[in-house]
Amino acid sequence: MDFLDFRLDMIWNYRELFIRGIGITLALTAVGYLGGFVLGLFVGMGKLSKKKWIYYPSKYYVDFFRGTPLLVQILLIHLALIPGIFGHSLGYFVSGALALVLNSAAYNAEIIRAGIQSIEKGQMEAARSLGMTQNVAMKNIILPQAFRRMVPPLGNELIALLKDSSLVTVIAANDLLYAGKVVAGASFRFWEPYLTVAILYLCLTFVFGKIISYVENRFSNSYVPTQRKKMFSSRR
Amino acid sequence: MIKVQGLYKSFGELDVLKGIDYEVKEKEVICVIGPSGSGKSTFLRCINLLEDITAGDVFIDGVKVNDPKTDINEIRKDVGMVFQQFNLFPHMKVLDNITISPRKIRKMNPGEAEKLAHQLLKKVGLGDKANSYPEQLSGGQMQRVAIARALAMQPKVMLFDEPTSALDPEMVKEVLDVMKQLAVEGMTMVVVTHEMGFAREMGDRVLFMDQGIIVEEGTPAQVFNEPKNERTKAFLSKVL
Repeated sequence: MDFLDFRLDMIWNYRELFIRGIGITLALTAVGYLGGFVLGLFVGMGKLSKKKWIYYPSKYYVDFFRGTPLLVQILLIHLALIPGIFGHSLGYFVSGALALVLNSAAYNAEIIRAGIQSIEKGQMEAARSLGMTQNVAMKNIILPQAFRRMVPPLGNELIALLKDSSLVTVIAANDLLYAGKVVAGASFRFWEPYLTVAILYLCLTFVFGKIISYVENRFSNSYVPTQRKKMFSSRR
Repeated sequence: MIKVQGLYKSFGELDVLKGIDYEVKEKEVICVIGPSGSGKSTFLRCINLLEDITAGDVFIDGVKVNDPKTDINEIRKDVGMVFQQFNLFPHMKVLDNITISPRKIRKMNPGEAEKLAHQLLKKVGLGDKANSYPEQLSGGQMQRVAIARALAMQPKVMLFDEPTSALDPEMVKEVLDVMKQLAVEGMTMVVVTHEMGFAREMGDRVLFMDQGIIVEEGTPAQVFNEPKNERTKAFLSKVL
Protein backbone atom coordinates (compact mmCIF):
# COMPACT_ATOMS: atom_id res chain seq x y z
CA MET A 1 0.00 0.00 0.00
CA ASP A 2 1.11 3.51 -0.87
CA PHE A 3 0.48 4.61 2.62
CA LEU A 4 3.53 2.80 3.91
CA ASP A 5 5.96 4.80 1.85
CA PHE A 6 4.37 8.17 2.36
CA ARG A 7 6.67 10.62 0.64
CA LEU A 8 6.73 13.90 2.46
CA ASP A 9 9.74 15.03 0.47
CA MET A 10 7.59 15.07 -2.63
CA ILE A 11 5.20 17.55 -1.05
CA TRP A 12 8.15 19.63 0.14
CA ASN A 13 9.45 19.85 -3.40
CA TYR A 14 6.14 21.33 -4.52
CA ARG A 15 5.82 23.62 -1.49
CA GLU A 16 5.71 26.78 -3.56
CA LEU A 17 2.74 25.48 -5.50
CA PHE A 18 0.84 24.77 -2.30
CA ILE A 19 1.73 28.11 -0.73
CA ARG A 20 0.60 29.90 -3.85
CA GLY A 21 -2.58 27.83 -3.78
CA ILE A 22 -3.28 28.89 -0.21
CA GLY A 23 -2.78 32.52 -1.27
CA ILE A 24 -5.22 32.19 -4.16
CA THR A 25 -7.77 30.36 -2.02
CA LEU A 26 -7.57 33.04 0.66
CA ALA A 27 -7.77 35.83 -1.88
CA LEU A 28 -10.80 34.29 -3.58
CA THR A 29 -12.47 33.74 -0.22
CA ALA A 30 -11.77 37.30 0.91
CA VAL A 31 -13.02 38.90 -2.29
CA GLY A 32 -16.00 36.57 -2.46
CA TYR A 33 -16.93 37.17 1.14
CA LEU A 34 -16.56 40.94 1.22
CA GLY A 35 -18.24 41.39 -2.15
CA GLY A 36 -20.90 38.91 -1.18
CA PHE A 37 -21.54 40.74 2.05
CA VAL A 38 -21.99 44.15 0.45
CA LEU A 39 -24.13 42.79 -2.38
CA GLY A 40 -26.01 40.60 0.09
CA LEU A 41 -26.78 43.64 2.21
CA PHE A 42 -28.55 45.29 -0.71
CA VAL A 43 -30.30 42.13 -1.86
CA GLY A 44 -31.33 41.29 1.70
CA MET A 45 -32.83 44.73 2.22
CA GLY A 46 -34.37 44.43 -1.24
CA LYS A 47 -36.20 41.34 -0.07
CA LEU A 48 -37.70 43.44 2.71
CA SER A 49 -38.81 46.19 0.35
CA LYS A 50 -42.49 46.89 -0.14
CA LYS A 51 -41.74 48.11 -3.66
CA LYS A 52 -42.40 45.25 -6.06
CA TRP A 53 -39.76 46.31 -8.57
CA ILE A 54 -37.16 45.97 -5.83
CA TYR A 55 -38.61 42.95 -4.06
CA TYR A 56 -39.06 40.62 -7.03
CA PRO A 57 -35.60 41.03 -8.60
CA SER A 58 -34.09 40.46 -5.13
CA LYS A 59 -36.21 37.39 -4.56
CA TYR A 60 -35.47 35.87 -7.98
CA TYR A 61 -31.77 36.61 -7.53
CA VAL A 62 -31.69 34.64 -4.29
CA ASP A 63 -33.84 31.87 -5.74
CA PHE A 64 -31.50 31.47 -8.69
CA PHE A 65 -28.17 31.54 -6.89
CA ARG A 66 -29.31 29.35 -4.02
CA GLY A 67 -31.22 27.03 -6.30
CA THR A 68 -28.42 26.16 -8.73
CA PRO A 69 -25.07 24.49 -7.98
CA LEU A 70 -22.09 26.79 -7.53
CA LEU A 71 -20.13 24.57 -9.90
CA VAL A 72 -22.65 25.28 -12.65
CA GLN A 73 -22.53 29.00 -11.85
CA ILE A 74 -18.73 29.03 -12.11
CA LEU A 75 -18.81 27.36 -15.51
CA LEU A 76 -21.60 29.61 -16.77
CA ILE A 77 -19.77 32.74 -15.71
CA HIS A 78 -16.33 31.69 -16.94
CA LEU A 79 -17.30 30.09 -20.21
CA ALA A 80 -20.48 31.94 -21.17
CA LEU A 81 -21.17 35.17 -19.31
CA ILE A 82 -17.75 36.84 -19.32
CA PRO A 83 -16.74 35.83 -22.86
CA GLY A 84 -20.26 36.86 -23.90
CA ILE A 85 -19.78 40.36 -22.54
CA PHE A 86 -16.07 40.99 -23.13
CA GLY A 87 -15.45 38.72 -26.08
CA HIS A 88 -12.69 36.85 -24.25
CA SER A 89 -11.91 35.44 -20.83
CA LEU A 90 -10.68 37.78 -18.11
CA GLY A 91 -8.82 34.98 -16.40
CA TYR A 92 -9.80 32.45 -13.79
CA PHE A 93 -9.53 34.88 -10.89
CA VAL A 94 -12.12 37.33 -12.18
CA SER A 95 -14.53 34.54 -13.10
CA GLY A 96 -13.97 32.65 -9.87
CA ALA A 97 -14.25 35.70 -7.65
CA LEU A 98 -17.35 36.91 -9.46
CA ALA A 99 -19.05 33.54 -9.06
CA LEU A 100 -18.21 33.43 -5.36
CA VAL A 101 -19.42 37.00 -4.83
CA LEU A 102 -22.71 36.36 -6.60
CA ASN A 103 -23.25 33.04 -4.86
CA SER A 104 -22.40 34.09 -1.33
CA ALA A 105 -24.44 37.29 -1.77
CA ALA A 106 -27.53 35.13 -2.14
CA TYR A 107 -26.85 33.26 1.10
CA ASN A 108 -25.81 36.42 2.95
CA ALA A 109 -28.95 38.17 1.74
CA GLU A 110 -31.09 35.65 3.58
CA ILE A 111 -28.97 35.98 6.72
CA ILE A 112 -29.19 39.75 6.57
CA ARG A 113 -32.93 39.72 5.87
CA ALA A 114 -33.56 37.41 8.82
CA GLY A 115 -31.30 39.50 11.06
CA ILE A 116 -33.15 42.71 10.23
CA GLN A 117 -36.51 41.03 10.71
CA SER A 118 -35.47 39.71 14.11
CA ILE A 119 -35.25 43.23 15.55
CA GLU A 120 -38.37 44.13 17.49
CA LYS A 121 -40.87 46.23 15.56
CA GLY A 122 -40.84 48.80 18.37
CA GLN A 123 -37.28 49.84 17.50
CA MET A 124 -38.25 51.04 14.05
CA GLU A 125 -41.42 52.62 15.40
CA ALA A 126 -39.52 54.51 18.08
CA ALA A 127 -36.99 55.73 15.52
CA ARG A 128 -39.66 56.81 13.08
CA SER A 129 -41.67 58.50 15.83
CA LEU A 130 -38.60 60.65 16.50
CA GLY A 131 -38.71 61.89 12.94
CA MET A 132 -36.02 59.63 11.49
CA THR A 133 -36.49 58.60 7.88
CA GLN A 134 -36.57 54.91 7.03
CA ASN A 135 -32.93 55.07 5.86
CA VAL A 136 -31.58 56.94 8.87
CA ALA A 137 -33.38 54.53 11.20
CA MET A 138 -32.14 51.49 9.29
CA LYS A 139 -28.54 52.68 9.35
CA ASN A 140 -28.37 53.95 12.94
CA ILE A 141 -30.88 51.85 14.83
CA ILE A 142 -31.76 48.60 13.09
CA LEU A 143 -28.56 47.48 11.34
CA PRO A 144 -26.20 47.96 14.32
CA GLN A 145 -28.44 45.68 16.36
CA ALA A 146 -29.14 43.26 13.55
CA PHE A 147 -25.43 42.78 12.74
CA ARG A 148 -24.81 41.31 16.15
CA ARG A 149 -27.42 38.66 15.52
CA MET A 150 -25.99 37.99 12.08
CA VAL A 151 -22.48 37.24 13.35
CA PRO A 152 -22.90 33.49 13.98
CA PRO A 153 -24.57 32.63 10.65
CA LEU A 154 -22.20 34.97 8.77
CA GLY A 155 -19.33 33.08 10.37
CA ASN A 156 -20.68 29.77 9.13
CA GLU A 157 -21.00 31.33 5.73
CA LEU A 158 -17.32 32.31 5.74
CA ILE A 159 -16.17 28.76 6.43
CA ALA A 160 -18.57 27.34 3.87
CA LEU A 161 -17.28 29.82 1.29
CA LEU A 162 -13.65 28.96 2.04
CA LYS A 163 -14.34 25.33 1.26
CA ASP A 164 -16.64 26.04 -1.67
CA SER A 165 -13.93 28.17 -3.25
CA SER A 166 -12.21 24.86 -4.13
CA LEU A 167 -14.78 24.45 -6.91
CA VAL A 168 -12.93 27.08 -8.98
CA THR A 169 -10.38 24.34 -9.66
CA VAL A 170 -12.70 23.34 -12.48
CA ILE A 171 -11.73 26.49 -14.43
CA ALA A 172 -8.04 25.84 -13.73
CA ALA A 173 -7.70 28.48 -11.07
CA ASN A 174 -4.42 28.02 -9.22
CA ASP A 175 -6.08 27.55 -5.87
CA LEU A 176 -5.14 25.12 -3.13
CA LEU A 177 -7.03 22.15 -4.55
CA TYR A 178 -5.57 22.80 -7.98
CA ALA A 179 -2.09 22.59 -6.51
CA GLY A 180 -2.92 19.12 -5.23
CA LYS A 181 -4.31 18.15 -8.59
CA VAL A 182 -1.17 19.29 -10.39
CA VAL A 183 1.07 17.35 -8.03
CA ALA A 184 -1.11 14.27 -8.34
CA GLY A 185 -1.06 14.55 -12.11
CA ALA A 186 2.71 14.92 -12.22
CA SER A 187 3.55 12.13 -9.79
CA PHE A 188 0.65 9.71 -10.19
CA ARG A 189 0.49 9.58 -6.42
CA PHE A 190 -2.78 10.53 -4.74
CA TRP A 191 -2.47 10.07 -0.99
CA GLU A 192 0.21 12.67 -0.49
CA PRO A 193 -1.14 15.62 -2.49
CA TYR A 194 -4.80 15.25 -1.62
CA LEU A 195 -4.17 14.52 2.04
CA THR A 196 -1.92 17.58 2.15
CA VAL A 197 -4.67 19.65 0.55
CA ALA A 198 -7.21 18.32 3.08
CA ILE A 199 -4.93 19.11 6.01
CA LEU A 200 -4.20 22.59 4.70
CA TYR A 201 -7.94 23.30 4.31
CA LEU A 202 -8.43 21.99 7.84
CA CYS A 203 -5.76 24.37 9.13
CA LEU A 204 -7.38 27.29 7.34
CA THR A 205 -10.87 26.50 8.62
CA PHE A 206 -9.44 26.03 12.12
CA VAL A 207 -7.87 29.49 12.07
CA PHE A 208 -11.05 31.01 10.62
CA GLY A 209 -13.09 29.21 13.26
CA LYS A 210 -10.96 30.77 15.99
CA ILE A 211 -11.37 34.22 14.52
CA ILE A 212 -15.12 33.73 14.21
CA SER A 213 -15.54 32.57 17.78
CA TYR A 214 -13.57 35.59 18.93
CA VAL A 215 -15.83 37.92 16.97
CA GLU A 216 -18.91 36.06 18.19
CA ASN A 217 -17.78 36.44 21.76
CA ARG A 218 -17.12 40.07 21.26
CA PHE A 219 -20.52 40.76 19.75
CA SER A 220 -22.96 38.22 21.09
CA ASN A 221 -23.01 39.55 24.58
CA SER A 222 -23.74 42.68 26.52
CA TYR A 223 -23.85 46.11 24.91
CA VAL A 224 -22.23 47.45 28.08
CA PRO A 225 -18.45 47.45 27.52
CA THR A 226 -17.56 46.71 31.13
CA GLN A 227 -19.98 43.82 31.32
CA ARG A 228 -18.67 42.03 28.28
CA LYS A 229 -17.46 38.52 28.88
CA LYS A 230 -13.74 38.10 28.50
CA MET A 231 -12.96 35.54 25.89
CA PHE A 232 -10.61 33.37 27.89
CA SER A 233 -12.07 34.01 31.29
CA SER A 234 -13.30 31.07 33.31
CA ARG A 235 -16.01 33.20 34.85
CA ARG A 236 -18.86 32.64 32.48
CA MET B 1 -53.85 71.53 17.61
CA ILE B 2 -54.82 67.95 16.74
CA LYS B 3 -58.02 67.47 14.79
CA VAL B 4 -59.34 64.02 14.00
CA GLN B 5 -62.25 63.72 11.58
CA GLY B 6 -64.19 60.56 10.79
CA LEU B 7 -61.22 58.34 11.52
CA TYR B 8 -61.66 54.71 10.47
CA LYS B 9 -59.06 52.02 10.80
CA SER B 10 -59.36 48.38 9.93
CA PHE B 11 -56.85 45.56 10.02
CA GLY B 12 -58.13 43.37 7.21
CA GLU B 13 -61.63 42.31 8.20
CA LEU B 14 -61.31 43.70 11.71
CA ASP B 15 -62.63 47.21 12.21
CA VAL B 16 -60.68 48.73 15.07
CA LEU B 17 -61.73 52.36 14.80
CA LYS B 18 -65.22 53.14 13.57
CA GLY B 19 -65.46 56.87 13.14
CA ILE B 20 -63.55 59.01 15.61
CA ASP B 21 -64.06 62.76 15.69
CA TYR B 22 -62.09 64.75 18.19
CA GLU B 23 -60.13 67.92 18.63
CA VAL B 24 -57.25 68.42 21.03
CA LYS B 25 -56.52 72.02 21.90
CA GLU B 26 -53.15 73.46 22.77
CA LYS B 27 -51.91 72.73 26.29
CA GLU B 28 -54.70 70.24 26.90
CA VAL B 29 -54.02 66.92 28.60
CA ILE B 30 -56.33 64.32 27.12
CA CYS B 31 -56.56 60.96 28.84
CA VAL B 32 -57.94 58.06 26.86
CA ILE B 33 -59.34 55.20 28.90
CA GLY B 34 -61.23 52.06 27.99
CA PRO B 35 -61.05 48.29 27.96
CA SER B 36 -58.36 46.35 26.07
CA GLY B 37 -59.08 46.12 22.39
CA SER B 38 -61.19 49.25 22.40
CA GLY B 39 -58.90 50.94 19.88
CA LYS B 40 -57.22 53.41 22.24
CA SER B 41 -53.67 52.66 21.18
CA THR B 42 -54.61 52.45 17.52
CA PHE B 43 -56.24 55.88 17.80
CA LEU B 44 -53.00 57.25 19.24
CA ARG B 45 -50.85 55.53 16.61
CA CYS B 46 -52.98 56.96 13.81
CA ILE B 47 -52.21 60.49 14.98
CA ASN B 48 -48.54 60.23 13.98
CA LEU B 49 -49.31 57.72 11.25
CA LEU B 50 -47.53 54.75 12.80
CA GLU B 51 -50.68 53.06 11.53
CA ASP B 52 -52.04 53.83 8.09
CA ILE B 53 -55.42 55.47 8.20
CA THR B 54 -58.17 53.53 6.43
CA ALA B 55 -60.51 56.52 6.09
CA GLY B 56 -60.91 59.96 7.58
CA ASP B 57 -58.38 62.70 8.27
CA VAL B 58 -55.96 63.78 10.97
CA PHE B 59 -54.72 67.36 11.09
CA ILE B 60 -51.87 68.59 13.27
CA ASP B 61 -51.53 72.37 13.41
CA GLY B 62 -53.72 72.54 10.34
CA VAL B 63 -51.50 70.20 8.29
CA LYS B 64 -53.22 67.11 6.99
CA VAL B 65 -51.11 64.25 8.30
CA ASN B 66 -52.49 61.61 5.94
CA ASP B 67 -52.08 63.71 2.81
CA PRO B 68 -49.66 61.87 0.47
CA LYS B 69 -47.99 65.24 -0.16
CA THR B 70 -47.25 65.76 3.53
CA ASP B 71 -43.76 64.73 4.63
CA ILE B 72 -44.65 62.60 7.62
CA ASN B 73 -41.12 62.92 9.01
CA GLU B 74 -41.62 66.67 9.30
CA ILE B 75 -44.81 66.09 11.30
CA ARG B 76 -43.20 63.51 13.55
CA LYS B 77 -40.42 65.90 14.54
CA ASP B 78 -43.06 67.83 16.44
CA VAL B 79 -44.97 64.87 17.84
CA GLY B 80 -43.19 62.99 20.59
CA MET B 81 -44.24 59.46 21.44
CA VAL B 82 -43.67 57.26 24.46
CA PHE B 83 -44.31 53.53 24.17
CA GLN B 84 -45.48 50.89 26.57
CA GLN B 85 -42.33 48.86 25.95
CA PHE B 86 -40.01 51.92 26.17
CA ASN B 87 -38.24 50.97 22.93
CA LEU B 88 -34.94 52.52 23.95
CA PHE B 89 -32.10 51.76 21.57
CA PRO B 90 -30.16 49.10 23.49
CA HIS B 91 -26.90 49.56 21.59
CA MET B 92 -26.54 53.20 22.61
CA LYS B 93 -25.77 54.91 25.85
CA VAL B 94 -28.61 56.85 27.45
CA LEU B 95 -26.98 60.06 26.25
CA ASP B 96 -26.83 58.88 22.64
CA ASN B 97 -30.40 57.61 22.80
CA ILE B 98 -31.43 61.16 23.54
CA THR B 99 -29.08 63.04 21.21
CA ILE B 100 -29.35 60.91 18.08
CA SER B 101 -32.51 62.47 16.74
CA PRO B 102 -31.64 66.08 17.51
CA ARG B 103 -28.27 65.50 15.84
CA LYS B 104 -29.42 63.52 12.81
CA ILE B 105 -32.78 65.12 12.21
CA ARG B 106 -32.66 68.62 13.70
CA LYS B 107 -28.99 68.94 12.65
CA MET B 108 -28.13 70.23 16.10
CA ASN B 109 -24.41 70.29 16.78
CA PRO B 110 -23.21 67.53 19.14
CA GLY B 111 -22.21 69.85 21.98
CA GLU B 112 -25.58 71.55 22.01
CA ALA B 113 -27.42 68.24 21.77
CA GLU B 114 -25.49 66.86 24.73
CA LYS B 115 -26.21 69.93 26.78
CA LEU B 116 -29.89 69.54 26.03
CA ALA B 117 -29.74 65.84 26.88
CA HIS B 118 -28.13 66.52 30.24
CA GLN B 119 -30.80 69.11 31.01
CA LEU B 120 -33.57 66.67 30.12
CA LEU B 121 -32.00 63.85 32.12
CA LYS B 122 -31.85 66.12 35.13
CA LYS B 123 -35.47 67.01 34.56
CA VAL B 124 -36.56 63.35 34.62
CA GLY B 125 -34.36 62.74 37.66
CA LEU B 126 -31.64 60.71 35.93
CA GLY B 127 -28.82 63.23 35.77
CA ASP B 128 -26.30 60.54 36.73
CA LYS B 129 -27.31 57.98 34.08
CA ALA B 130 -26.04 59.67 30.91
CA ASN B 131 -23.33 57.08 30.36
CA SER B 132 -25.36 54.03 31.31
CA TYR B 133 -26.79 51.61 28.79
CA PRO B 134 -30.51 50.85 28.79
CA GLU B 135 -29.97 47.32 30.06
CA GLN B 136 -28.44 48.77 33.23
CA LEU B 137 -31.61 50.67 34.07
CA SER B 138 -34.83 49.67 35.77
CA GLY B 139 -38.11 49.83 33.87
CA GLY B 140 -39.09 53.12 35.45
CA GLN B 141 -35.73 54.63 34.61
CA MET B 142 -35.96 53.38 31.03
CA GLN B 143 -39.35 54.94 30.59
CA ARG B 144 -38.11 58.24 31.96
CA VAL B 145 -35.21 58.14 29.50
CA ALA B 146 -37.75 57.44 26.76
CA ILE B 147 -39.66 60.55 27.79
CA ALA B 148 -36.45 62.60 27.77
CA ARG B 149 -35.62 61.19 24.34
CA ALA B 150 -38.98 62.29 22.96
CA LEU B 151 -38.65 65.72 24.59
CA ALA B 152 -35.23 66.23 23.02
CA MET B 153 -36.93 66.87 19.69
CA GLN B 154 -38.77 69.72 21.44
CA PRO B 155 -42.17 68.48 20.31
CA LYS B 156 -45.40 70.44 20.40
CA VAL B 157 -47.42 67.39 21.39
CA MET B 158 -46.58 64.26 23.35
CA LEU B 159 -48.38 60.99 22.80
CA PHE B 160 -48.20 58.41 25.59
CA ASP B 161 -49.18 54.85 24.76
CA GLU B 162 -49.84 53.12 28.10
CA PRO B 163 -46.52 54.40 29.49
CA THR B 164 -46.82 52.64 32.84
CA SER B 165 -48.45 49.36 31.82
CA ALA B 166 -45.20 47.42 31.53
CA LEU B 167 -43.79 48.69 34.82
CA ASP B 168 -43.57 47.07 38.22
CA PRO B 169 -46.04 48.80 40.56
CA GLU B 170 -43.38 50.55 42.60
CA MET B 171 -42.02 52.27 39.48
CA VAL B 172 -45.29 53.64 38.20
CA LYS B 173 -45.18 56.72 40.36
CA GLU B 174 -41.78 57.97 39.22
CA VAL B 175 -42.99 57.94 35.61
CA LEU B 176 -46.34 59.53 36.41
CA ASP B 177 -44.55 62.25 38.36
CA VAL B 178 -42.51 63.17 35.30
CA MET B 179 -45.67 63.25 33.21
CA LYS B 180 -47.43 65.43 35.77
CA GLN B 181 -44.55 67.86 35.68
CA LEU B 182 -44.84 68.02 31.88
CA ALA B 183 -48.57 68.63 32.12
CA VAL B 184 -48.04 71.43 34.62
CA GLU B 185 -45.52 73.03 32.27
CA GLY B 186 -48.22 73.21 29.63
CA MET B 187 -47.27 70.39 27.26
CA THR B 188 -50.10 69.24 25.04
CA MET B 189 -50.51 65.55 25.83
CA VAL B 190 -52.63 62.64 24.70
CA VAL B 191 -52.28 59.82 27.20
CA VAL B 192 -53.67 56.33 26.75
CA THR B 193 -53.66 54.93 30.25
CA HIS B 194 -55.07 52.53 32.78
CA GLU B 195 -54.01 54.84 35.60
CA MET B 196 -57.38 56.26 36.58
CA GLY B 197 -55.80 58.32 39.34
CA PHE B 198 -53.62 60.12 36.80
CA ALA B 199 -56.54 60.67 34.43
CA ARG B 200 -58.69 62.07 37.20
CA GLU B 201 -56.00 64.32 38.59
CA MET B 202 -54.19 65.55 35.48
CA GLY B 203 -56.63 65.16 32.60
CA ASP B 204 -58.31 68.24 31.22
CA ARG B 205 -60.61 65.93 29.28
CA VAL B 206 -61.16 62.21 29.57
CA LEU B 207 -62.22 60.05 26.65
CA PHE B 208 -63.80 56.70 27.25
CA MET B 209 -63.43 54.46 24.22
CA ASP B 210 -65.05 51.11 23.59
CA GLN B 211 -65.35 49.00 20.44
CA GLY B 212 -63.70 51.58 18.21
CA ILE B 213 -65.72 54.64 19.10
CA ILE B 214 -65.58 57.42 21.67
CA VAL B 215 -68.43 56.43 23.96
CA GLU B 216 -68.15 59.30 26.39
CA GLU B 217 -66.12 62.46 26.70
CA GLY B 218 -65.90 65.14 29.33
CA THR B 219 -63.99 66.55 32.25
CA PRO B 220 -62.65 63.97 34.69
CA ALA B 221 -65.35 64.94 37.15
CA GLN B 222 -68.09 64.33 34.58
CA VAL B 223 -66.73 61.03 33.33
CA PHE B 224 -65.65 59.54 36.64
CA ASN B 225 -68.35 60.89 38.95
CA GLU B 226 -71.39 61.10 36.71
CA PRO B 227 -70.90 58.76 33.77
CA LYS B 228 -73.94 58.86 31.51
CA ASN B 229 -73.33 55.87 29.29
CA GLU B 230 -73.99 52.36 30.56
CA ARG B 231 -70.75 51.05 29.09
CA THR B 232 -68.76 53.73 30.85
CA LYS B 233 -70.47 52.89 34.12
CA ALA B 234 -69.79 49.19 33.68
CA PHE B 235 -66.11 49.82 32.87
CA LEU B 236 -65.56 52.24 35.73
CA SER B 237 -67.25 49.93 38.22
CA LYS B 238 -64.63 47.32 37.36
CA VAL B 239 -61.53 49.51 37.50
CA LEU B 240 -62.24 52.02 40.26
